[in-house]
Amino acid sequence: MADTISNNTELIDVAVIGGGPSGLAAATALKEAGVTRVVVLEREQQAGGVPRSCGHFAFGLREFTRVLKGPEYAKRLVAQAIAAGVEIQNQTTVVQLLPDGALRLSSPAGANQIAPRRVVYATGVRETSRSSQLISGARVQGVMNTGALQSMVYLKQRRPFSRPIIIGSELVGFSALMTCRHAGIRPVAMIEAAPNPIARWPSALYPRLRGVKLLTNTQLMEIHGSDVVEHVCVAGPDGQTRKINCDGVILSGQFTPEAALARSGHLKVDSATGGPLVDQWGRCSDPTYFATGNLFRPVETAGRSWAEGRQTGRWVALDLAGKLPKPGKNLRLSVRDPRLKYTMPQVICVSNAVGGMSDIQMRVTERISGKLVANTENGPVWSRALNARPERRIEVPIAEIVAQIADGTVEFEIEGAAS
Amino acid sequence: MPVAQPISQTTDGTALSNHLFDVLVIGAGVVGCAVARRFTLEGANVAIVEKASDILDGASKANSAILHTGFDAPPGSLELDCIRTGYREYEKIKDELGLVQEKRGAVVVAWTPEELAELEGIAAQAHDNGVVDVEVIDSKTLRASEPNLSELALGAVMVPQESIIDPWSAPYVYLQQGLDNGAQVFLSCKVTGGAFDGQAWQLETSTGKLRSRTVINCAGLYGDIVDQVVFGETGFNITPRKGQFVVFDKAAADLVNSVILPVPTEKTKGIVVFRTVFGNLVVGPTAEDQQSRTDATTDSHTLKALIEDGVSKIPALAEMPVTAVYAGLRPATERKEYRIDTKPEQNWITVGGIRSTGLSASLGIARHVYGLYQSFGPEHQPIATPKRPSANVLAQSKERDWQHAGHGEIVCHCEMVTRREIEAALRGPLRARSMGGLKRQTRATMGRCQGFYCSATLADLTAGRFDQPLSTEIGLG
Repeated sequence: MADTISNNTELIDVAVIGGGPSGLAAATALKEAGVTRVVVLEREQQAGGVPRSCGHFAFGLREFTRVLKGPEYAKRLVAQAIAAGVEIQNQTTVVQLLPDGALRLSSPAGANQIAPRRVVYATGVRETSRSSQLISGARVQGVMNTGALQSMVYLKQRRPFSRPIIIGSELVGFSALMTCRHAGIRPVAMIEAAPNPIARWPSALYPRLRGVKLLTNTQLMEIHGSDVVEHVCVAGPDGQTRKINCDGVILSGQFTPEAALARSGHLKVDSATGGPLVDQWGRCSDPTYFATGNLFRPVETAGRSWAEGRQTGRWVALDLAGKLPKPGKNLRLSVRDPRLKYTMPQVICVSNAVGGMSDIQMRVTERISGKLVANTENGPVWSRALNARPERRIEVPIAEIVAQIADGTVEFEIEGAAS
Repeated sequence: MPVAQPISQTTDGTALSNHLFDVLVIGAGVVGCAVARRFTLEGANVAIVEKASDILDGASKANSAILHTGFDAPPGSLELDCIRTGYREYEKIKDELGLVQEKRGAVVVAWTPEELAELEGIAAQAHDNGVVDVEVIDSKTLRASEPNLSELALGAVMVPQESIIDPWSAPYVYLQQGLDNGAQVFLSCKVTGGAFDGQAWQLETSTGKLRSRTVINCAGLYGDIVDQVVFGETGFNITPRKGQFVVFDKAAADLVNSVILPVPTEKTKGIVVFRTVFGNLVVGPTAEDQQSRTDATTDSHTLKALIEDGVSKIPALAEMPVTAVYAGLRPATERKEYRIDTKPEQNWITVGGIRSTGLSASLGIARHVYGLYQSFGPEHQPIATPKRPSANVLAQSKERDWQHAGHGEIVCHCEMVTRREIEAALRGPLRARSMGGLKRQTRATMGRCQGFYCSATLADLTAGRFDQPLSTEIGLG
């Protein structure tokens, strides 16, 4: 099986890097659009992505009109792709991206190189590590992200600790709680630095928190222990530091696109999203590469990533048919406000052809009501009222911006105070 | 009485309390490993004891991974002599042991007019130290060789032979060569006392008694304590000096070509910007004196200051994510020089205060210590054709395991560590018994995601192998 690619490298139309929801959706859509050979390169033992290790609800409403647990959802996505004629190459790692879509690979059969006509880059997101968050204290065992915990619990039936503290209240914090419950792990508390929980959790889930204290306005200061975690120091709303005994730390959320291949290769990276720089078709700075899903930016649900992957599949099929405008005259988008995290896309390819994403996506760092303004060197060209929260996506129709300005640079900023 | 059991079972364990080693080395840090290798190659029957479960677990676990030329070592010092000898031997043995050396050179950069005025003196001292190719370069030449350096750099001393190496694979293979040629290693074995009967030592350890004619104390951060428990007195006192480091994303490595050094102060070589052979860019260390011999904590305030220092020197670093942070402890004493002390009447040598040049000097120190030993010890017959093990191949410039078929799977995707490499590190007398040991032998979890993707697989592969397990089975405990 590992040899199929090396025997047949000339004929790949599209290689999809990453077999998660967005990659599988893109591959399936490509086949449905009539593209001949579509290969998904998945570095894990099996395709399916993050949902594989999310042994809880709720996945699949958009895709399969029913509520599924993660592993079942992942299996269905894989089955759907295979039924559409997608080839899935497991245990195949893309080592390096080369110009014009050439990819260096490694599989248990050794190293290899392929040259597909287009590449869909769909490597998703991960939570940021303790190190990159510069969290103080001893470098002890028992500090991990939710994703690592979920893989350990659901894929290996193992647990790393029994009384951890959960840091962060994004939606994934709820996944951490559910995973702990499943494994008989009893979190001592969940803490959130912001004044309110970040996630827009369905109110029905709140009772699940029962027994686990949620401490808002509380920040993790230090992790302590000799070999494993023994306690953490947190600073509460009163500014006082106190000790919480625990044997592990779950760092939840703080997602970042897994853009290592772009960073170590020739594709431009947008420092605001942490993902590759893209236009409204998800095209990267080398237009044989199309990004999609959570690689675009942190972080949306599996369902949303799947929908983005479907779109990307259709656009890549159009591009193979010569129906996408060539990159050329560009409008550059960026944020000029620390309360705006990013814009995605960062480039709009302005041409007569209409298509691609309908909206520019943005996110804020805190609750804000005010005005969102698009500035150019000649002053503001567009604005609208903004009532935003960190957990909600802001969408600005691309058509509205392009109607005002067709090249140069647009910088978004917020007028108004935190609410 | 309990008798210490060797990890490499080449001797009948029951006879061990009667077995008389020629030489017993206390401490399997980089110096102990090099000393055990040297004495074994010279023909001595060697034991090495280490209180941790894995070797290189003290000062040697965190350093700058630089092979120094000695250009800035104190003139006429033993340290300079050992660095020079060590450097030469490393170059001689690196190919036969499969070790990496990237001769990228270093630049000592002047950022102020005062520092600029010191450059000629630094070059002159380097020449006196025998490092003759060192020269002062102007800011234009500096910028040509380091285009990403801040424009505030005024000039530099260029040291072409400074090199970067793998700080763990080297000492591992030093000790492995010792073991392959007859030495024995005792891990989780802490020395608690000892007595000399005029002919030989009987050492008390946490795992039993060991007898040896000669003892060499290479206990690093605990060197003074070992002398204290055995002799009731010590000739020096360790004041650990903590150094914190920030490791930047691999994309940052190409921002520098050579090691970027500051003009040193009396106390420290200062904060260095250097590439690693693994393809990262590191900024550090700090120099923080402390009493604790175990506290290697990092703090966000200091780490942010390190990042700022790095960005001030290499502005493009501002855009780079941080991959990892770490802290190491150097065994500093009340004096700057090495504290190597021989008690010939008692067959004892203490190798203390190897503060910050241990990695560079270790092979030289080992030769020097063997010379000291010859003044009182018996003559040995050097091994004519010693066995030559091969070091772990982890450097980016070498062909890695993942490039070869049959590696099983890639377990750690960030550092491209294969299942075959993990399994190999869990075998043999120096097998990993802790996550720290496994990291040093394979680099698993040391990359960008810091274990996000591979922790589960590692928990599975290491189940039942570590003293401090990564996980337990759900339902069992």
